[in-house]
Amino acid sequence: MKDFIHIKGISKLFGDFVAVDNVDLEIARGELFSILGGSGCGKTTLLRMLAGFEVPSSGTIEIDGTDVTHQAPYDRPVNMMFQSYAIFPHMDVAKNIAYGLRKEGVAKQEIDKRVGEMLELVQLVDFRNRKPEQLSGGQRQRVALARALIKQPKVLLLDEPLAALDKKLREQTQFELMNIQDELGITFVVVTHDQEEAMTLSSRIAVMNEGRFKQVGTPKEIYEFPHNRFVADFIGTINTFEAVVTVVNEDGIEAYSDEAGETLSALGRQLIEVGQNIEVAVRPEKIFISKEKPEEAGDVCIEGVVDDLGYLGNRSLYRVRLNSGKMVQVSSQNRRRSITRFLEWEDKVWISWRPRSAVVLLD
Amino acid sequence: MKRQSRFILSALAFGYAFLYVPLILVVVYSFNDSRIATVWGGFSTRWYGELLQNDSILDAAFLSLQVAITSATAATLLGTMAGLALARFGRFRGRTLFSGMISSPMVMPEVITGLSLLLLFVTLQQLTGWPGQRGFSTIAIAHTTFSMAYVAVIVQSRLMAMDESLEEAAMDLGGRPLRVVFDITLPLIAPAMIAGWLLSFTLSLDDLVIASFVSGPGSSTLPMVIFSKVKLGVSPDINALATIIIVTVSLGVAIAWVVGRRATRPS
Repeated sequence: MKDFIHIKGISKLFGDFVAVDNVDLEIARGELFSILGGSGCGKTTLLRMLAGFEVPSSGTIEIDGTDVTHQAPYDRPVNMMFQSYAIFPHMDVAKNIAYGLRKEGVAKQEIDKRVGEMLELVQLVDFRNRKPEQLSGGQRQRVALARALIKQPKVLLLDEPLAALDKKLREQTQFELMNIQDELGITFVVVTHDQEEAMTLSSRIAVMNEGRFKQVGTPKEIYEFPHNRFVADFIGTINTFEAVVTVVNEDGIEAYSDEAGETLSALGRQLIEVGQNIEVAVRPEKIFISKEKPEEAGDVCIEGVVDDLGYLGNRSLYRVRLNSGKMVQVSSQNRRRSITRFLEWEDKVWISWRPRSAVVLLD
Repeated sequence: MKRQSRFILSALAFGYAFLYVPLILVVVYSFNDSRIATVWGGFSTRWYGELLQNDSILDAAFLSLQVAITSATAATLLGTMAGLALARFGRFRGRTLFSGMISSPMVMPEVITGLSLLLLFVTLQQLTGWPGQRGFSTIAIAHTTFSMAYVAVIVQSRLMAMDESLEEAAMDLGGRPLRVVFDITLPLIAPAMIAGWLLSFTLSLDDLVIASFVSGPGSSTLPMVIFSKVKLGVSPDINALATIIIVTVSLGVAIAWVVGRRATRPS
């Protein structure tokens, strides 16, 4: 069932400000779906509309076939994990986790049993009677998760679930979250500003800007086939060349770029006409860098000079200045161990890439 | 360095001496055996004993206590409601105006507050026949009006410091709005309410001006009795009474401060 959550033409206005602008979205049961965007892009507002804390200005939200657009938060089959975790400071861990069941009027023995199960799931069995102020950040995060999961919601909403944790813990928690989601089969909707987090966690991502979705797809689709400039820029880094289309054939285009001083070919996914202004984009890790002109037939080859370089341990970053003055970023793996540099500043180099590595961006 | 620290020390000593020597004098002279309040005649606690024999003072103390407890309780209830409304119900029309208006009784001259309340009570009496006689109830109402402003401000600042998503989380987990107030909001603002109650209690116990305006014949609060007695000359038992009040009030303020500090600390 593709449309377990079905958002139809949702908008939210705060006065004159359009926070969410006519968004449509379908999320399947059991998906781990991320909404990714910078601050103020409307992602949190969208999440709060799913939770019931904001009423949409127009449009409807259906969850599992039921229209919940105007349902109060306490009536929805949806629970939320807050960015601040919102652990009740005057209750111990067990009471925090039990709160949802107590409000449902579940019998005490049943509550005890299920709290026990939850504590086991999030590995906090020994912390049952701790007060929140005695917990570390990671433990608080797990209490918040257990508290939101205990009512077995149809959808779990997570607002920046890992933002408050430090880097090491964040990576570890990411996989825990994925495992728990896998185990319980609950649909997760995650809001995040962290592209890496979204890439590793999600089955699908929606990239959001100014209240609209710029692209919805799997992490791979978003990264390798960005539909537009915004998505390409937001996820990772990308080099773009302004170009004019000269040839359109079945599986791609050719376009001449003044910046590159070359004709570039790329896979075209959209309707493009000869003479149109476009941008050809290539990711830094898709570009090869060498001292001699590579012999590979069909590759795009451009001459340049090393303007700047950085050693990052597992890889090196180069900024290459082309004859037109255009800067191109290249990232290359350090496959061999060497104490001397393979390239130095102001070295003459060739950069090259396979035509299939380039994408066309229209806006 | 040494010179500077000596200067600062003496500045400190002078400052605090200016503030506290009068109070210390009262406490010391309350243990004075002499009948003349300003001449030292040896240590004694006889004035404390004599105080217990003085019916007019005991009556006034009892009235003051009743008024303080009643008005502090009423002010805490009303002030909490006002604080909740100001901090939680979004940006309703005129919120800034209400925010400003809630704190104005704190800076209003007491004489004006007293006078306007007296006018209100007199008008009310002419229109409805109530209050038939000014006394306990009118003083309690008057004290409630000015001390609820303090409670509202304390509760409001506590709520501002509190993470609003706590209440949302409770609602998300199935708590209906009124339940959430009792489950989450009230337990978390309880320290602020206690601090507000203690402050109101102390303010009420202290007040002379407003009480003088709105009280009627036969109902005098403790500060009123003391003031009228002092006009006839300082008698030693007043020193004893003043000492008791100093101790009570400073205890109240100290507890309010401690509880209040805990209340505004973000959780």
